[in-house]
Amino acid sequence: MSEPQARNQNNGPMEEFVTVIIAGQLFGLPISRVQDVFMLKDMTEVPLAIPEIAGVLNLRGRIVTAIDMRERLGLPPRAEGETAMSVGIEMDRESFGLVIDRIGDVLHLPVNEFDENPVNLDPRWRKVTQAIFMLDNQLLVLLDVDRVLELGDREVAA
Amino acid sequence: MDDLLQEFLTETVESLDVVDVELVKFEQDPNNEEILANIFRLVHTIKGTCGFLGLPRLGSLAHAAETLMGKYRDGSPVTGDGVSLILETIDRLKEILEVLEEQQTEPDGTDDDLIALLDQMSLGDEAAATEPQSVAPDAEAAVAADIASGDMAEVDEPILDIVERELKPGEVSLDDLERAFHEAPGPDDFTAPEPETDIVTANDLQEPVEAATEPQAAPVAPEPAEKKSADKPVAEKRAVADRRQKERRTEAASKGSVKNQTIRVNVETLEQLMTMVSELVLTRNQLLEMVRKHDDSEFKGPLQRLSNVTAELQEGVMKTRMQPIGNAWQKLPRIVRDLSLSLDKKIDLEMIGAETELDRQVLELIKDPLTHMVRNSADHGLEANSDRVMLGKPEIGKITLSAYHEGGQIIIKIVDDGRGIDAEKLKSKILERGLASEDELDRMSEGQLQKFIFHPGFSMAKEVTAVSGRGVGMDVVRTNIELIGGTVDMTSSVGKGTSFTIKIPLTLAIVSALIIEVSGQRFAIPQLSVIELVRTHGEAGHTIEMINDTPVLRLRNKLLPLIYLNKQLSLKRSEEEVERAAGKEFVIVTQVGSQTFGVVVDSVFHTEEIVVKPMSNMLREITMFSGNTILGDGSVIMIIDPNGIAQNVAADAGAQAAVAGQEADSSGIDQPDPTTLLVFTAGSEQLKAVPLSLVTRLEEVDVTKIERSNGRDLVQYRGKLMPLVCLDGYDPENMAGKTTQPILVFTDDDRSMGLVVDEIVDIVEDRLVVEIQSEVPGILGSAVVRESATELIDVAHYLPMAFDDWLVRHDRKDGVNLQKNLNLLLVDDSAFFRNMLAPLLGSAGYHVTLAASGTEALALKERGIVFDLIVSDIEMPGMSGIEFAEKLKFDPDWGETPIIALSSHAEPEIIEQSREAGFHEYIGKFDREGLVETLREVRVGMEEAS
Repeated sequence: MSEPQARNQNNGPMEEFVTVIIAGQLFGLPISRVQDVFMLKDMTEVPLAIPEIAGVLNLRGRIVTAIDMRERLGLPPRAEGETAMSVGIEMDRESFGLVIDRIGDVLHLPVNEFDENPVNLDPRWRKVTQAIFMLDNQLLVLLDVDRVLELGDREVAA
Repeated sequence: MDDLLQEFLTETVESLDVVDVELVKFEQDPNNEEILANIFRLVHTIKGTCGFLGLPRLGSLAHAAETLMGKYRDGSPVTGDGVSLILETIDRLKEILEVLEEQQTEPDGTDDDLIALLDQMSLGDEAAATEPQSVAPDAEAAVAADIASGDMAEVDEPILDIVERELKPGEVSLDDLERAFHEAPGPDDFTAPEPETDIVTANDLQEPVEAATEPQAAPVAPEPAEKKSADKPVAEKRAVADRRQKERRTEAASKGSVKNQTIRVNVETLEQLMTMVSELVLTRNQLLEMVRKHDDSEFKGPLQRLSNVTAELQEGVMKTRMQPIGNAWQKLPRIVRDLSLSLDKKIDLEMIGAETELDRQVLELIKDPLTHMVRNSADHGLEANSDRVMLGKPEIGKITLSAYHEGGQIIIKIVDDGRGIDAEKLKSKILERGLASEDELDRMSEGQLQKFIFHPGFSMAKEVTAVSGRGVGMDVVRTNIELIGGTVDMTSSVGKGTSFTIKIPLTLAIVSALIIEVSGQRFAIPQLSVIELVRTHGEAGHTIEMINDTPVLRLRNKLLPLIYLNKQLSLKRSEEEVERAAGKEFVIVTQVGSQTFGVVVDSVFHTEEIVVKPMSNMLREITMFSGNTILGDGSVIMIIDPNGIAQNVAADAGAQAAVAGQEADSSGIDQPDPTTLLVFTAGSEQLKAVPLSLVTRLEEVDVTKIERSNGRDLVQYRGKLMPLVCLDGYDPENMAGKTTQPILVFTDDDRSMGLVVDEIVDIVEDRLVVEIQSEVPGILGSAVVRESATELIDVAHYLPMAFDDWLVRHDRKDGVNLQKNLNLLLVDDSAFFRNMLAPLLGSAGYHVTLAASGTEALALKERGIVFDLIVSDIEMPGMSGIEFAEKLKFDPDWGETPIIALSSHAEPEIIEQSREAGFHEYIGKFDREGLVETLREVRVGMEEAS
């Protein structure tokens, strides 16, 4: 979490975030990390995998591991018929898809207006949140993509 | 880096490796002209190229070595020291090459030491003998020269390890040799001639030495007559050399230039090619899938051709990745030779199956572990030669290295006929290192003990030698092998030797796989591990049978253990799927190592060439899968790893064995004892259970015989009226529609009660763990019995329903009228037994206090409470009954109190143990009559005493 603090001292720079909606909450993902956005189609469930892993799917010849963000954040599962989309992320030459409800806009945000995580934030959220940004009408939770993907044996390593 | 230099480096390093091997061979077989010629040619090439590239250090070293070899080639006697020196030179060349690769220039320094020695050797030992010190420029050389001169002194002695002949200063000038070789065919189209024994002539042998060596040399040289040419003039020798060259030329021509047909390809290019082919295979599969749907497609023909070509291309590219395992063994003869010298042991290294091919990546990775293991075998596997003779073994120790393919794996064995591993020594080493306690060791099998060899930091060597004994090694070996998905195993028998078996899977990028379905999901199983497919079908004789819930299949008079894939993958099968598959399952007979088992799946589709794509790191820990792949229809499926299944199966079996072991141990105080339960239903589908020991009989009564009196259902039973009790929530009207009614009869003393049930389901022996305590009266709680949630019925709740006074009766039929309510303490960790025995004891006229543990009981003692009797369970977690009794034995307050042991074990030792601990009596846990009777006896005794 030292990264945003470092930016705070740096006056004026802007960062771009893709906003996504998960269970009604607005989240922001650094646009630099987002490869693409795709619909979930023909996903294969992986038996014995941790619950956060929604499955694997073929995206233009690449095998993508889909992470259920609701499960990751401890949110209730998606109701039947609710739409789901996926945000493509790459890490360590592996492709991941973060399964979200809906995609929002791209926002330019001033880095020095980022707020630190409230101390009473759910530990599971705190772990994956790099900062909070106060929009006029709602709060935007800025996610740390690397932390989001710290799952399974990575988690142990971290 | 300069392309030319790069090329030179690659080629030279390879050549030097070959020289290494050839020299060792040559040392053992000094008369083999072919080997010598080969070495000579390689060194010569190196020398030549060095000159061309301007590498003076390398050039002059190679030149000096070449000169000495020229001597040998010319017939000078080959000495062990000479070979050692050349080997040393080769090591030096390699060192220089390494620096050259890093810095692209030769390192500073001088090789005068080596060159001087080589020159000296070439000039002849006579010179060395007379003036060794003056030639040697430094200490190292001096030492070597000492050795050289030392050998000279030994020349007269007939007992020498290696055929050794006196050599004379070279009669053929270096220039001549040089010229001869330049005239000879170049290295590229050069093919070594057949062995020409006539050429190796024992030239210029001094008579006495010849006489001494004759007996040894004679059997090797097939034409002893040639020896007569010993004193032939130089000119004639040259003629021989000329003839040789001529022969070589013709042979080279006739054999054709096979070596010309290989080219060097960058590994990266190959890898890329492999990836492309993988993609091509995928695309072809997709096309095939599409065309399959259209019966009369015009694409069918061309696609078939495309398919065939792709398959061939794939095979071809795969071949480029394959290399003989011999490449990884190349350095071993040299290593063993050096070891043999430094350890002063004669070692015979046999290599079998060097041509066995495996993926080059895998090859690279096993090189080092193999070297290490061979080194280990040579160093502390084999005994010293003299020891071997004493033991009646052949003097020369043997290490056999073999490789072969088996079921998609490569098996590499390293076997020595040395001392083996002494289990006792191993144990003391393990203890010394604190890796296990003595107790644990005693329980271990030999196999388990031997596994410690692979423990980090473990070494069996008595002392650290330069070669091994530092304890870095076998664990690294194991780790490296496991990294590439292999396994390593060891067996050893004392005095006979040790054998290591390494199994490495041929992890190739493309495999043929069987596509199967289970619980509606598709998976791929690599075809390599599939032996056959069996369809279960009652009529055909292939039926899945059960042995105590373990599914097996009779297959050609053998029992095949079966594994349900859906269970292994924790996949639920829907009712419909179960029904559809019932009796029509497919069994995939699979072999993993020596283990054969059947994997039961719902359906089998077809085989498909799949491209193994590595799984995400997040999924790596799932051992059931080895990777994933994209099928022809574009969907992703997981590839089942048969090793993973086998491991799971073995792990399950191991866990069961462990449980069984614990049972046998009889020390399983943390495990509740198995209880035989009667499982039944009454009123609802919900399974209910009571301990069978409480039930006197199971009866079916005629419904018409049930009488209603005073608001109670009664039935005549053995001449008495027995009240029938319904479980809470059970509608007595249920009985109306039936002709007979099953009941459970509970009898205590002369009174019986019938508990109305619907159906007796089963009698099950299971470890009873009450998982959820119940708040509802009449139910003790819920437990999992045979994998179903089952309610445990509190019989004590129903007994008073039958007889209001069941629990408060004081009068007994025996003469002793026990007016006084005695205080009894019941100590038992099981709530079930406390609840079961409390009413029983209460009904026998005791005032019962309950304690769930010895500690709890002792707490009561602290509070000053005194009991007349104590009944305690033996097996309890924490403080056992025995410990509890021992604590009380000399207690001022409770020491006199009779204490009765309660246990389900009836082993004499345990009974004896409990008596020693201070228990007065010992009673089986389910022997209610016995308990009551014993208590009564104790009471009578007490009253009589008072």
